[in-house]
Amino acid sequence: MTAPGTRYILICSGKGGVGKTTLTANLGIALARQGVRTAVLDADFGLRNLDLLLGLENRIVFTAQEVLAGSCRLEQALVKHKQEPNLALLPAGNPRMLEWLKPEDMQRIAAMLGEQFDIVLIDCPAGIEDGFKNAVAAAQEAIVITTPEVSAVRDADRVIGLLNSHGVQPIQLVLNRVRPKMMANQEMLSVSDVTDILALPLLGLVMEDEQVIVSTNRGEPLTLNGTKSPAALAYNNIARRLRGEEVPLLDPTKAGRGLRAKLGRLMTTKIF
Amino acid sequence: MTLRDFIDKLLGRQPASANVARERLQLVLAHDRSDLNPELLEQMRREILEVVSRYVEIDLDEGDVSLETEDRVTALVANLPIKRARPLAEPGTAADADPASASSAPAGDGAIATA
Ligand SMILES: Nc1ncnc2c1ncn2[C@@H]1O[C@H](COP(=O)(O)OP(=O)(O)OP(=O)(O)O)[C@@H](O)[C@H]1O
Ligand SMILES: [Mg+2]
Repeated sequence: MTAPGTRYILICSGKGGVGKTTLTANLGIALARQGVRTAVLDADFGLRNLDLLLGLENRIVFTAQEVLAGSCRLEQALVKHKQEPNLALLPAGNPRMLEWLKPEDMQRIAAMLGEQFDIVLIDCPAGIEDGFKNAVAAAQEAIVITTPEVSAVRDADRVIGLLNSHGVQPIQLVLNRVRPKMMANQEMLSVSDVTDILALPLLGLVMEDEQVIVSTNRGEPLTLNGTKSPAALAYNNIARRLRGEEVPLLDPTKAGRGLRAKLGRLMTTKIF
Repeated sequence: MTLRDFIDKLLGRQPASANVARERLQLVLAHDRSDLNPELLEQMRREILEVVSRYVEIDLDEGDVSLETEDRVTALVANLPIKRARPLAEPGTAADADPASASSAPAGDGAIATA
């Protein structure tokens, strides 16, 4: 059904607005820069945004819709990134597609993409309804992204259960919008709280970072221009780990060297 | 318990919100994962207590039947302190109970794990 050798990775969260599309765009660029032929598939047909985050919104001619209908070839719909030609976007079609789109349609698209790409990243819509079921049908593995907040973690847990029942494997975790100071003060769930509760291996941590907003304003993902911001570094490291490289994970509350960080460490030490 | 928790307790302060969040999550996820609604859980709790009380006298105030979750495995954990074994099978309630085995029944935890 899907081409051997190609990795199909679903990026999902359950809860909306936790950073799926931002991760897909940045990871796509980072992988492409590392020499991986990467396709990003916008499976959020209702509220598509991946084109905008990649700065490709003005170059869309055809979409997944025309490809499925047979009215254009895959090559005509794929939008190649000018600066990173290793990356191509397959745009989502009209929201009315949701009326007829089936899991098998997504599998057909995935199989087509498999012929020319090493990794296919699938940007999943929020929720666990039809949009999720269609997207998951095209995936073999998954990255679940969440923030250290109760509602996001709870929804992530639901999604992990569904991924398990679909046989998606491996499932890895990205923790987004981490605020080290709040974590050190124990006013935010810690990294180990979240990984223990969800029982998933951690693929990466992304700090809360203003540069994310600046980069979305411009339609230039942070990983595109070698920016040194914390989030850019995190996305690049996630790409490297995804490719099997061992890149150490830093505990954000243990990174600081100031008095505040030391005090924070002391306060979170288990005494009994 | 961390040093911060200890100091909070000492000063009678509210625990750090991260700890509250963790505990609330663990509880809500135990229920989400088992797919048992609170009503069914309550019914099951009542029936379990009923069956157990046929054999032994339990401390209902201290007793606890609850869901716990760890590593994506949810367990039904019953902690039922036994006051004493029922001396004789009471007619109608434990007609087929063997008094000898009831008196040697171990007290404490029983866990049924579900995937
Ligand atoms: N690490 C971060 N630091 C700061 N802001 C962030 C970070 N990650 C994401 N955001 C912001 O959060 C918002 C939601 O991000 P994004 O659109 O990627 O989420 P999503 O999960 O795809 O949402 P949806 O469920 O609607 O598709 C955006 O405004 C984005 O700029
Ligand atoms: Mg999105």
